[in-house]
Amino acid sequence: MKKMLVVGASLLIMAAFFGMIALNLTFGSPRLTDMDDYFLRHGQELTGSNNECTAVVFDFRGFDTLGESTVLFCAIVGVGLMFRKMQGGEEYEDE
Amino acid sequence: MRMSKIVRTAADILYPAILIFGLYVVAHGHLTPGGGFQGGAVIATGGALVIVAYNYKEVTGWLKKNVLMGQEVIGLFGFIGVGLLALAFGQVFFFNYLAGSGSLFGMPVPYGINPGELNTAGVLPLMNFAVGIEVWGGLTIVILYMLSGLEKEGC
Amino acid sequence: MLWNLPFITVVVLTFIGLVTVLLKKNIIKILLGINILESAVNLFIVALGYREGGVAPIFTLAPSELMVLPTPQALVLTSIVIGVATSALVLSFAMVLQKKYGTVDIDKIRRLHG
Repeated sequence: MKKMLVVGASLLIMAAFFGMIALNLTFGSPRLTDMDDYFLRHGQELTGSNNECTAVVFDFRGFDTLGESTVLFCAIVGVGLMFRKMQGGEEYEDE
Repeated sequence: MRMSKIVRTAADILYPAILIFGLYVVAHGHLTPGGGFQGGAVIATGGALVIVAYNYKEVTGWLKKNVLMGQEVIGLFGFIGVGLLALAFGQVFFFNYLAGSGSLFGMPVPYGINPGELNTAGVLPLMNFAVGIEVWGGLTIVILYMLSGLEKEGC
Repeated sequence: MLWNLPFITVVVLTFIGLVTVLLKKNIIKILLGINILESAVNLFIVALGYREGGVAPIFTLAPSELMVLPTPQALVLTSIVIGVATSALVLSFAMVLQKKYGTVDIDKIRRLHG
């Protein structure tokens, strides 16, 4: 009973904190747009593509895409390691 | 226990159409919304359709795990290789050495709003293909591994 | 309060996701809570880059010249793919745990083999 009261009170405090954050943000007018104005103005002559999102993902910020490909590759290798069959009928690795 | 003949025939007819649409989304990544990751996910959805329509023994007859794993490795190393090839031209890593020059994908783009040309944007279509092949192989092999883990005798 | 409806949605989704991760006892439900948190963060990043009356930042037959910011969309692309990788790994853990222990209740999975 006391555990439920403590959990309920902390959830209420969290909800009030989040609510105060949500009501103070403005939607539709970002404040600092210098980098993106440069990307939109010079993106076509620097990369030669019509799609600015692809130009940002693969050309202006190519290192993030390299890291993301590596994370995807490692996760898939991890899934492959979980479903492996032990040789010779043993069940654990150190027997 | 198998699916009925209608489901199997529909999956047979739909899979090439989904494959071609996914490759279209990958190849036109620099003109329309899309790109490597989105197109690879579309093709992997087509693979999931075939896996659901047939049972496990028939699917491992034509979707082999070694080929899909090789596809994933070729995708990642192709992506890094395209970036390292820029070092051979005297520039930095990941430099766009084909944009605006006269060779493979190198037509210059007119400024402003225009109907797009496929021949533009330098290194970007090569990177799109590498990432699309990686995501295709990767997501299909995850579904195959999880299906093989349900069998009584393992892989 | 209706003019920043995306941000209120972000707050509601974050709250639901956090409560699910902290208070549930099934591994699959905890994984669903992680996915809801991921969706809330992606929506927040994309909603920060909106300009009033703008279109998608693509120059092929665009309706107007006023475009939204393209950088948050690139960050969200990376984040979605990492969410897919995380979900695949946790689901394969859940499958192997169910085979070894017979249950997916986290209060009953407490033994370490050694």
